[in-house]
This record gives sequence, structure tokens and C-alpha cells, in this order.
Amino acid sequence: MTKEETWELRLYIAGQTPKSVLALSNITNYCNEYLSGKYSIEVIDLLKSPQLAEGDQIFAIPTLVRKFPQPLRKIIGDLSNKEKVLVGLNIRVLKSGKD
Amino acid sequence: MKTQNGQIFPKISTGIAGLDEITYGGFPEGRPILICGSAGCGKTMFGIQFLVKGILDHDEPGVLMSFEESRSDLAKNVKSLGFDLEQLVKEDKLRIDHVKIERSEIEETGEYDLDGLFIRLNHAIDSIGAKRVVLDTIESLFGGVENLGLLRSEIRRLFRWLKDKGVTTIITGERGKNTLTRQGLEEYISDCVILVDFRVIDQIATRRLRIVKYRGSTHGTNEYPFLIDENGISVIPVTSLKLDYKSSEKIVSLGIEALDNLFSKKGVYKGSSILISGTAGTSKTILASYFAIESCKRKEKVLYFSFEESIDQLVRNMKTIGIDMEPFIEDGSLIIQASRPSLQGLEMHLLVLHKLLKELKPDTVIIDPISSLICVGNTSEVRAMLVRLIDVLKMNEINAILTSLTTENGNHTKDETIEVVSSLADTWINLENSQLDGRRKRSLNIIKSRGMGHYNNPMEFEITEDGIVFQEQ
Repeated sequence: MTKEETWELRLYIAGQTPKSVLALSNITNYCNEYLSGKYSIEVIDLLKSPQLAEGDQIFAIPTLVRKFPQPLRKIIGDLSNKEKVLVGLNIRVLKSGKD
Repeated sequence: MKTQNGQIFPKISTGIAGLDEITYGGFPEGRPILICGSAGCGKTMFGIQFLVKGILDHDEPGVLMSFEESRSDLAKNVKSLGFDLEQLVKEDKLRIDHVKIERSEIEETGEYDLDGLFIRLNHAIDSIGAKRVVLDTIESLFGGVENLGLLRSEIRRLFRWLKDKGVTTIITGERGKNTLTRQGLEEYISDCVILVDFRVIDQIATRRLRIVKYRGSTHGTNEYPFLIDENGISVIPVTSLKLDYKSSEKIVSLGIEALDNLFSKKGVYKGSSILISGTAGTSKTILASYFAIESCKRKEKVLYFSFEESIDQLVRNMKTIGIDMEPFIEDGSLIIQASRPSLQGLEMHLLVLHKLLKELKPDTVIIDPISSLICVGNTSEVRAMLVRLIDVLKMNEINAILTSLTTENGNHTKDETIEVVSSLADTWINLENSQLDGRRKRSLNIIKSRGMGHYNNPMEFEITEDGIVFQEQ
């Protein structure tokens, strides 16, 4: 991964449920911390556009999809376990000693 | 539809021939139905036929949510059965959503629910106004997620949701070791549970199904054989559920005047089943042929199942005693089906018969001999099949001649076919050869004939070039 590349993340939610809100704030926090300035999060509300669920094979809500970099990764749940999210997304913790 | 106790209980057609009869009208409308069975026993087929027939016959759009096979695989698999899924999808009558869960690319953290699945399903249902849904096989989810407790409660919620949605849903499940389904789905679906099974007995494979549970409705409780062939699935009800067939007052001739005269009504009732039993070489086939030809002469259609002789052989042999079958074969009134009984399973025989009955609508059916079907299955199966067979014939008011080969020197009442058929047959004629003064004597004895008087002594007869000749009394 080079510094220029932008991470493309997609968060699938279904309305503003506590789980979805929590998931969004969690991932935003992690990204700000580790991918500052080189990420984009697209939030897709399936209640508004249900037809999008099939494309990414969404069955659980919330689901975070890493579209880029490849390969595709998915994390389901409210993303409350930071460690797991970072491992799942394969984000290398560059700022050592922070945690 | 009204059930027997008068309760209003809406049901919808299952789309599977025979299953509506067993379930007294079909599946419970707007409720989930569980179909469970081991791999390869036709669960998916059940689901697809339910959807396709719903679309074609009842104009009820359907949604298939497949957790295992992709859309193109499914379409390919059922094409041989004459179902064109792609076309139905194009016509907006069918939606196929393949839910693919790659365990390897999914991580779980924190709380979630299966709303994604609900939304997909809801979207698919609403987009075409679906009335029928199939989830095949939802248990695949258990391999896809870690939080099984949550999954269970979500599946429970899904079934409730489907019920609220008012769609009739078939949920398929893999058979578990000690449970109906591996994940115990039967705990969540209590309205209607059907178990399908695929067994090989004596090298002949048979598929069976049984309705384990059908809340609020009466249903057949037996194991019913079913078939998957080029027309999809058909189930054969073992026995008709009631003895409510009509009985005719009309009398038909047996084709030999002297024989007719042995009955007080000068013949047998139309639509009755006649059993002709006897050891080898007692002219059972000849008697049956007489009846067939007589029926043809009445401008009726005759379906002749020959399990021992080929068509040519039968025609040739009958010719030697003055029975000419050829003109009737040519004009299509006599249809002979010759095949070895062991070629197919019992169910297949019955199904072939069912199909031919439907297609040809014969007035007379001859099965020669019915006893050779014994070698196909075990006694209880044969018994069930014969009962079914005779029921079907009776319901359709078809004259039936069933010949039965009894064992040489044996007591004919001990014979297994006789045991089964004799109680079902309306008329029973036994043929015998006996040796007397170095001469062989043929004799005929009417053992019973329901609803009429008959001659009680053995009648001697001879087979001549001109056919059967009865001895003057």
C-alpha cells in the first residue's frame, strides 16, 4: 500500500439504528486515527436503496465492506472491537505505542 | 377451503401432483413450511416446482432465495424438467437471489442482525408482488456466521416476519442425525413439516415423503412415494382417502357368452375389478384378451399392460385361437404396453399407469399379470401399490382385469397377490388345470362376484382354434 492510495470503505446500514450509528462512529474514529486523509466511507442505507444489498452480498447489518484495496473484506457487527476491525481490514498500525 | 370440521383454513396448491390430495388442499397459505431431507433427495426441486407451478398455474409470482446454488446453476438443473427459470425471471414473475456467504472474507465484531437478509427478501418480494417464497437452504447460514445464538433468534424472527408478510414460504433443511434438520429448524416452524427421503431397496431407488406435522389440518400420515421425472415431481397417494367412488348399474360382457351366463346379471358391472387367478397355462391371458377385445368392440379404449409377453408375441398367440387383436391395435382402441416389471420401481409403474390413464382415458385396463409385480418390491409395498392401483381404476370407473399367477399346487388363498387383490376385486375367477383319466381338464370357477349371483360349480372348458369353448352342462 502506497501513501497515495485511498481506502474505499462502504458501510451498509438499515436506518439509523443504534448499532448502525455506533458502527459508523467506530469506523470513522479508527480511520481518522490510522488512515487519516486517505480513506472514504460511503454509507448505504438499505432501507432507502434495498437493491444494493445483493451486489455486495449483504446479509447482516451493519456490514463494513473494504472495496479497496483488494481483496474484498467484510466485517459485520457494530465494529466495537477495534483490534478485530483493524486486523479484519488489515490496517497496519503505524503509530506504534499509541495503544 | 373448508376443512372437515368446517373451519376456514386457507390453503394454496403445492404445485406438486398428488401432494394437494395428501394435504387436503395444499400448503397453509401465508405460513412457513419446512421440507427436510438428506442431500440429493429433491428438496430444492420441491421448492422450485412450488414456485414455477405457482407462477404458471395460479399466476402467483415467487421468490427463490438460494443459499447454495447460483442462479445459473439452478436454471440449468431444472431445465431438464421443463422449467425455464430465466424466462420467468425476464417476465418479472420470479426473482432469484443467491445469497453467497464467504466465511473467509467475513469478520465479526460487535452486535449485528440479519436485516440485510430481510431487506433483500423484502425487496425481492415487493418488486414482483410475490406470494410464494422458497429459502433453500437457510441452514447454510450456520456455516457463515460465528454468533449462533443470534442467528437462531434471527431465523426465528425471519419466519415470523414471513408469516406477517403473508407469503407462503418453503424452507428446506438438511436432515440431522437425531433431528429432522441439522439445526433444529423444526423448532421454529410448527405449521407444516414434510420429510423427504431417498432410499435404495433391492437396487431400486425410491423417493418417499411423509407429512410429519400439519397444524390445524388433517393430512395423510403414510409415507408416500414420489418421483422426479421430466415433468417434475409427482406424489402418489398410497390409498385414496375415502371409499367414495361411484358404482355403475351398467353391465358389461366378458366377451364370452357362456361365461356371461354364469353371472345372474349376464356380465359384470361396469367399472369393476376382475381378478383372474390360476397356475401357469390355465388361459388367464386368453380370458383377459377376450375381455379386451369385447371392450374394443364396444368402441371403448383398452390399455393392456403385458408384463410377460411382447406385443408381437401376444398378438401372434391370440391369433392361433381366433382372437385378432391387430385391427384394434391399428385403430388405436387397443394400446398394449409391454415391459419387464423389474425395469422400473413399483412407483414408476404406478406413475406410468397414472399418466396413461390421464392421457388415454381408457375404459378398460388389463394388467397381465399383476403377480409379476411382486418380484419388484417387498410384499407390503406391493400390497400398498395394488391397493392404490385398484383405487385409481375404481375412481375412474375403469373396467379392470388383473391376472394373477398362483404357485403350482399351492393353496391359492395363501398366495400373497391373491391375498391382497382378492379382497379388492369385485369379481374373482379362478382357473385350474386338473388331470383326470390321463386327460387334462381345464376348469373355471367363479369364487365371488359382488352384487350379483353367480354359478357356483367349476365349469369345464377347452381351448380350440376358435377360442374358448365351454362344455355343455
